[in-house]
Amino acid sequence: MKTRTLLKSATALTALALPLALAGGAHAQELRMTIWSANEAHLALFNEIATGFAQLRPGVTVTFDSLPFDNYTTTLTTQIAGGNAPDLAWILETTAADFVNSGALAPLSGAFAATEGYELGDVTKQATALWRANGELYAYPFSTSPFALFVNNDLITEAGAQTPAELIEAGEWTWDNAIAIAAAVADSGADGLIVRDFNYQLWQNLAAIWNGWGASPWSADGDTCTFADPEMVAAMSFIHSAIFETGAMPGPGESTDFFAGDAAMTITQISRASLLPTGDDAFDWDLVPLPAGPAGDYAVIGQAGIGVFGMAANPDIATEFLAYMSNPENSAKLARFFPPARQSLLNAETLGATNPLLSVEQLEQVVIKGITTGQVLPGHEGFAELQQVIRAELDALWVANADVEAVLNSVCNRIAPML
Amino acid sequence: MERRDSLAGYLFIAPQMIGITLFVLIPLCLVFWYSLHEWNVLAQTFRFQGLANYQTLLRDPGLPPVLGATAIFSIGLVVFNMSLALLLAVLLDQKLKGITLYRTLFFSPVVVSLVAWTIVWGFLLQNNGGINALLASFGIEGPNWLRNPTTAMISVIVVQVFKNVGLNMVLFLAALQGVPRELYEAARVDGTPAFRQFTRITLPMISPTVLLTSIITIVGSLQVFAQIAVLTQGGPGMSTTVLVYYLYQQAFQFHKFGYGATLSILLFVVVAVLTFIQWQMRRKLVFYEN
Repeated sequence: MKTRTLLKSATALTALALPLALAGGAHAQELRMTIWSANEAHLALFNEIATGFAQLRPGVTVTFDSLPFDNYTTTLTTQIAGGNAPDLAWILETTAADFVNSGALAPLSGAFAATEGYELGDVTKQATALWRANGELYAYPFSTSPFALFVNNDLITEAGAQTPAELIEAGEWTWDNAIAIAAAVADSGADGLIVRDFNYQLWQNLAAIWNGWGASPWSADGDTCTFADPEMVAAMSFIHSAIFETGAMPGPGESTDFFAGDAAMTITQISRASLLPTGDDAFDWDLVPLPAGPAGDYAVIGQAGIGVFGMAANPDIATEFLAYMSNPENSAKLARFFPPARQSLLNAETLGATNPLLSVEQLEQVVIKGITTGQVLPGHEGFAELQQVIRAELDALWVANADVEAVLNSVCNRIAPML
Repeated sequence: MERRDSLAGYLFIAPQMIGITLFVLIPLCLVFWYSLHEWNVLAQTFRFQGLANYQTLLRDPGLPPVLGATAIFSIGLVVFNMSLALLLAVLLDQKLKGITLYRTLFFSPVVVSLVAWTIVWGFLLQNNGGINALLASFGIEGPNWLRNPTTAMISVIVVQVFKNVGLNMVLFLAALQGVPRELYEAARVDGTPAFRQFTRITLPMISPTVLLTSIITIVGSLQVFAQIAVLTQGGPGMSTTVLVYYLYQQAFQFHKFGYGATLSILLFVVVAVLTFIQWQMRRKLVFYEN
């Protein structure tokens, strides 16, 4: 059995090492791009764009390699370690700093500027901020998706509470009132508010709440922990109370699904609108902006960039393909699924044509306002390790009698040497 | 003629030797080589840094809780698994109607997909899952199994034991059926109580199997990964972060391949030492070994 243990660890590392020595054998005209979507409609659109590029550059083929989202970055970096780096890859906002600062990505500004009709100035500076280093652009922000609240008006009215639309109309759409709605629905037997994908693991998704208090996990330069600052303590105390005192949010270890009609509200990105049930399971839903917090109105966005790997076989042609894929014409096509970063496309008319489920008001208040004013989810160099360390420390917070301030201080003590 | 026989012998063992060389010896050397380097995957740098990773190992604040969790998991798993397997084997070593059905039932989890098994248990162990719903029907408020450090570790151990106890049970059953019946008859004639028969006849006679199953179970316990990844992701806190899972995190999630290789060397040493100790203990504890 001893040999089995050795075999497992050694074989895995050999599998990484041997291809490293054999790297660089890919054909010059074949591009591979890793993505985390396996959606057929997405793939059909990508293939349509790739076909268009092949007409401009005969002989160039582009394949799209769908990797599971849960382990996307791990799989991507393992491919890179094995000498099998893709030519292009989607990159999550949380790991942007790792990729942008590593030197692994090819610079894009020059190639984009030299592409006729590209109009790089049309891409909002806010959207590209995360993907720049020393003034150079290293990835194109192809998807900029705001967080918002999906609402089940049926459950809310059954619980005798005011709907978010009514509160917005009255100018009273605040977190205090939003959580009161969630608590009222929870009292009536359903669940209140779900922060989708948080699951007491992906704590960074709580930024959709704590940004309303002006809180953040670390300073803007990423050097100082701010988890224990008064704003974060207040925001986390609010969340803790909603979970363990009012029951407005489902507790740890409880699974519930807004889109199955189990909860009053969920914080998620607008792309999840496709999960809304139809037919007999349909309910009266709404999409509203995040409520105002003590720090006022705010918006939070998730981002995904596309980068070109400098160590892959074809960085020049891959950059050319990315310029083609993100040009104004193709950006308009991609806007059907991925909220665009181009100012010229950020209007209700363009977005409405590709998001028929959303009203003009929802598009203006949630999507356009969110993209133009939203802060990106927190990220940092070495984020994967920070994520796990903070997750482990925050587990002490998710119990009924937790000392919020003490837990957040312990988070800072733990991560300070890592920042 | 003698040389031709030798050649034939070498040819027969060649496939095995090639396999061991390619998939055990070379990777083992490579793991040690990598452990002496800092390997930044994204920056594509591979720098020799001597024993720096081993120094990091000694100073790593995450390692003591990981080793603690690994020890608790391994001890809990070995004690619970072997006790239950032996109990089941004794109970099923009877000539009763339908006994084959019971043996099949207890063995069947062994052939079920590990990940599927663990995912289903994950649903059952949720705070609003099947187990707590069952307890609630008896008026008992169950704990939040996977969110409390103690119950999370117990849950992971129990899920693993129920998955694999059938394998040890079958081995014990085969050993029990190999114990000569006349020994029990003689003991009965002498008026020896049943428990004393078990400790003085059964256990010594099946001691080689006890050694085998203990080695298999301990080494298996040090390799646990999927259950942790699916059920707890090492939490709450670091309470279920065992050595293999920590190694995976360091190498594949945090991209510290050099340090991950160092941790795998540590795992190798732990397994080697434990196996050596067990092998030495057989002189005192194993009887009737061929």
